[in-house]
Amino acid sequence: MTISERPQPGDPRPYEFPSTERFTLGNGLRVIVAPMPRLPLVSILAVVDAGASGDGAGNEGLASLTAAALAEGAAERGGPALAEAFERLGTGLESGAGWDDATVQLTVTPARLDDALALLADVLMAPRFADGDVARLKAERLAELLQERVEPRGLADERFARVVYDESSRYARAAGGTSASVRALDAAQVRAWHEARYSGATTTLIVTGDVTPERVRSLVERRLGAWSRPVQRMPAVVVGARSRVRGVHVVSKADAPQSELRVGHLGLPRGHGDYFATVVMNAVLGGLFGSRINLNLREVHAYTYGAHSAFDWRRAAGPFVVGTAVKTEVTDAAVREILLEIDRIRDAVVSIDEMELATKYLGGVFPIRYETTGAVAGALAMANVYGLDDDYFGTYRDRIAAVTPADVLAAARAHLHPDELQVLAVGDASAIEGPLAALQLGVLSVTNADDDEGADA
Amino acid sequence: MRAVRAHFTTMRIPVESYRLPNGLLVTCSEDHSAPVVAVNLWYHVGSANEREGRTGFAHLFEHMLFQGSEHVGSNEHFELVQRAGGTLNGSTWLDRTNYFETVPSHHLELALWLEADRMGALLPAMTQEKLDTQRDVVMNERRWSVDNQPYGSWWERLPMLCYPPTHPFHHSLMGSMEDLTAASLDDVAGFFRTFYTPDNAVLTIAGDFDATEVRTMVERHFGEIPRGNGRPPLAPMELPRTFGEWKREVVEDDVMLPRLFLTFRTSVFGSSAYYAGSVCAAVLGMRRGSRLYRALVREREVASDVSAFTWDLAKGADLLVVDATARPGTDAVTLEAAVVAEIDRLRTEGAGADEVARALALIETDYVMSMQAAGDRADALSKFATLFGDPALVNEQLDKYRAVTADAVTAFAREFLGEDNRASLVYVPRAVAEEA
Repeated sequence: MTISERPQPGDPRPYEFPSTERFTLGNGLRVIVAPMPRLPLVSILAVVDAGASGDGAGNEGLASLTAAALAEGAAERGGPALAEAFERLGTGLESGAGWDDATVQLTVTPARLDDALALLADVLMAPRFADGDVARLKAERLAELLQERVEPRGLADERFARVVYDESSRYARAAGGTSASVRALDAAQVRAWHEARYSGATTTLIVTGDVTPERVRSLVERRLGAWSRPVQRMPAVVVGARSRVRGVHVVSKADAPQSELRVGHLGLPRGHGDYFATVVMNAVLGGLFGSRINLNLREVHAYTYGAHSAFDWRRAAGPFVVGTAVKTEVTDAAVREILLEIDRIRDAVVSIDEMELATKYLGGVFPIRYETTGAVAGALAMANVYGLDDDYFGTYRDRIAAVTPADVLAAARAHLHPDELQVLAVGDASAIEGPLAALQLGVLSVTNADDDEGADA
Repeated sequence: MRAVRAHFTTMRIPVESYRLPNGLLVTCSEDHSAPVVAVNLWYHVGSANEREGRTGFAHLFEHMLFQGSEHVGSNEHFELVQRAGGTLNGSTWLDRTNYFETVPSHHLELALWLEADRMGALLPAMTQEKLDTQRDVVMNERRWSVDNQPYGSWWERLPMLCYPPTHPFHHSLMGSMEDLTAASLDDVAGFFRTFYTPDNAVLTIAGDFDATEVRTMVERHFGEIPRGNGRPPLAPMELPRTFGEWKREVVEDDVMLPRLFLTFRTSVFGSSAYYAGSVCAAVLGMRRGSRLYRALVREREVASDVSAFTWDLAKGADLLVVDATARPGTDAVTLEAAVVAEIDRLRTEGAGADEVARALALIETDYVMSMQAAGDRADALSKFATLFGDPALVNEQLDKYRAVTADAVTAFAREFLGEDNRASLVYVPRAVAEEA
C-alpha cells in the first residue's frame, strides 16, 4: 500500500542569494540594497557600531539601554506619538544592542517606505532620551533580571558566562547589564553614548525587499545624507578565561524537577580561519537533531526533550556550550555522556555518513534560512559587522562542502578542551550536588539562584 | 480613513486544490522565487479527541510519528530530511496535529514518500521500547515547558478555567504524568486507525514545484492508502455566548512578579464577530501604541509588559486574552484593576477610527509577512483547508479584517468584554501568598 523504494532526488535547481547593490553617502553612511520583489514588503535594518562590548566597566547595559531608548521619542514626537506614527504605517520599530552592534529595524509595505524612513531618520539622528523614559526602561530591565532568578534557562546562560569569562571580560556579564550596573545608569550617560557612537560614519543601512536601489538611494540621501559628526569607534574587545581547569558549578533552585545544564568553555572569534571546519564539527557533535549529543541524550537515554551544542560567534571569542535540561535524577549521567561525546569527537575521525549529514544539511538549509526580507537583512548585517567578503553568501555552500573529516578532527582537537570545561547545573542542589561531586571532575561550588551578583569562588 | 486604506496591499497567493478518491484533500501553491518547497500535513485530530484517562495522548502520538514506519527506520525521518538539507517538525494543538518539512525542491518526492509511509504504514514499526522512550521524552518536555518555567502552566490552566469539565477543550494538551504512563501500544494502534487516515487529513505543497509532476507524485504515494472508517463524534462543543460570570483562579507559583491573564469567551475563528474581536485585541494590546500598553506600561507604570490576542479556535468558542505582567512593587489586585479600567473605558467610550486604522495597518503587515516562508504559507493553507474546507480563504482574510469598522469593535467590546464574561487567571509569587 505504500512504496518501499526510496525516491531519488531530481536535479538541484540553481540558487542565488539575493544580489546586492552597495554605495556610500558623502557622510560615510554605507547602504546595502537587496531587491526581493516577491511580496509587497520592505525591511530596513540600521546597524550602528555601538554594541554592548563597548560598554565601559561598571556601565554594563548602557549600549542596550540607549538602543531601547531610541524608540521612546524623537524630534517633535514623544514616545506614544512616535510609536503611533510607526504603527499607523503598519510597523513597529524594533531596537536593541547585541555584542557587536546596535540595530534598529522595521518592515513596511513599499508605499509606506518614505514615511517610515523619515521617522527612522528622526530616531537615529534626534532621539529625545527624556529622563522619565530612560528611568522606566531601566525599571523594565531590572524587572527582567528579577524574573530571571526563577527562569532556569536565562539563569543558566547568565551564570555560565560568569564561570567561563574572567572578571575583566565584558562577556562575563549579560549584554543588557546586571542589576547593579543598570541601577547606576542615567539619561545623561545615554545621551553621551549616543553622541559618541551614533553617526552616518558608524552606520550601515540595509534595505531588502520590494524596492529598487535607485529609490533607496534617493530616499536615504534625502533623509540621512546630512547625518554627520565625529564619533568614537568601538574599542577592541579583549576576553579571557576565568579558569584553565575544569570546574563544577551548582546553582541551587529548590525543588526544580529538572537540571538546566551548560557545559563548555571559551570558543573562537568569528574571524577565526577554522570557522567552516568548526561549524561542521559542531553540527556532528550537537548542532543537529541527528547529532551525537542529541541522539545520545534524547533518543538513546531519554534523559531530555532535547540537547544541543553551539559556538556563539562574536568579534572576540564567544562561548562554546552544550545545553540541555534533564530530569533531576539523571543529572550526573547526562554530564558524563556529554563529556564522553566531547572526548569521542576528538578521538577519531567522524564517519563519511556523519560528515555528509552535517555538510548536506548546512548547505541545503541555506536557501530555506533566507526566504524572508528580515532574514536576508540580518545576514547582510552579520557579514557587514564581521567584515566578511561581499561574496560570502555566494561561496558559503561550497566552503561547507569542502570541509573534510580530517578538518573536523583537527578542529575538534584544536578547539574543544576537555580539561577546561566548566560544568554548570541550575537545579535541586540537595539532589544533584552529591552525584556531580562523585564524577570527580574538579572543584565543585554551590551558589543560590537569588544571589544576584555573587559569582562563586 | 480613506487615505490610510488606499495603502492597503493586494496580495494573492496562488491556490489549487483537489481531492483524491480516498478523501485526501490536496492543496498546492506554486512559487519559484527560491528552489525550496514545503510539504505540510494537517490531521484533523488534537487533544480534543482524546478519551478519558488518556490525556496527552495526541501529543505523545505525534512523537511516535517520528519513530519510523514500514520502510523508514527509527529516527530516520529526521535524518533523511536533514541529510537532504531540509527542516522539519510537528506540533499538536487542541483541534489539530501538523507535520511539516521544507526541503530543497529537488527533494520534494522524499518528503512526500516519508509522509505517505507513515500515513499508510506506521504500525509495523511501532514497538514498546519506542513508546517507552518517547513517553520519557514527553515527560521531560512537560518538565521543561510547563513545570520548570515561571508561569509555564498558563496555557494549560487557561482552557481548564474557561471551558467546562466535559468540554473537549478543557483538559491538558500535555496530559498528566499518570495518563501518559497508562498509554499502551494498543492505544497507539487505535488512535492511528481512527484518526490518521487520508480522509481526515489535508496535504499542502507550497513553493518551487511543477504542478503536473506533483500531482503524479501525490497520487503515486498517497493514492493507495485506504480511507478510514470515520471519526467518532466529539462531545458537544457548543457553549453559551458568554461565561455568565466572572471566573477566577489564583495560582501561587515560583515567580517574582504577579501576572494576569484576563480572558473573555468570544465567537469562533472564522465568524464575523471573530474579526471584530481580533481587531479589538489589537486596539487593546498589539504593540506600544495600543490602549493597554500606553496606559499601563507608559503612563501608570504598573505593568512591565502587556499584550492582547485571540486564541483562534474554530469550534465551540474562542478566547480573547489580555496578558499583563506587573512591575515590581505592583500587586495583582492593582494590576487587574488597571487592566479592567481600560477594558471598561473601551466599552464606555467606544473605539476611535484612528486606533482601528492603526490596528488594521499592523495586522495587514503581519499577515503579508507571515506569507514569506514556504513553510508558513503551506501551514496557513492547511489550516483553512482543515478547519473550513477551503484553502483559498487564505486570500480573503485581509478583506475580512478591512471590513471591521470602529463601530463593530465597539459593539464587540460591549457584547463580549463585560463583567459577565470574564475569567481571571492570576499568578502570584509564592512567598507573598504565604505571607497573606
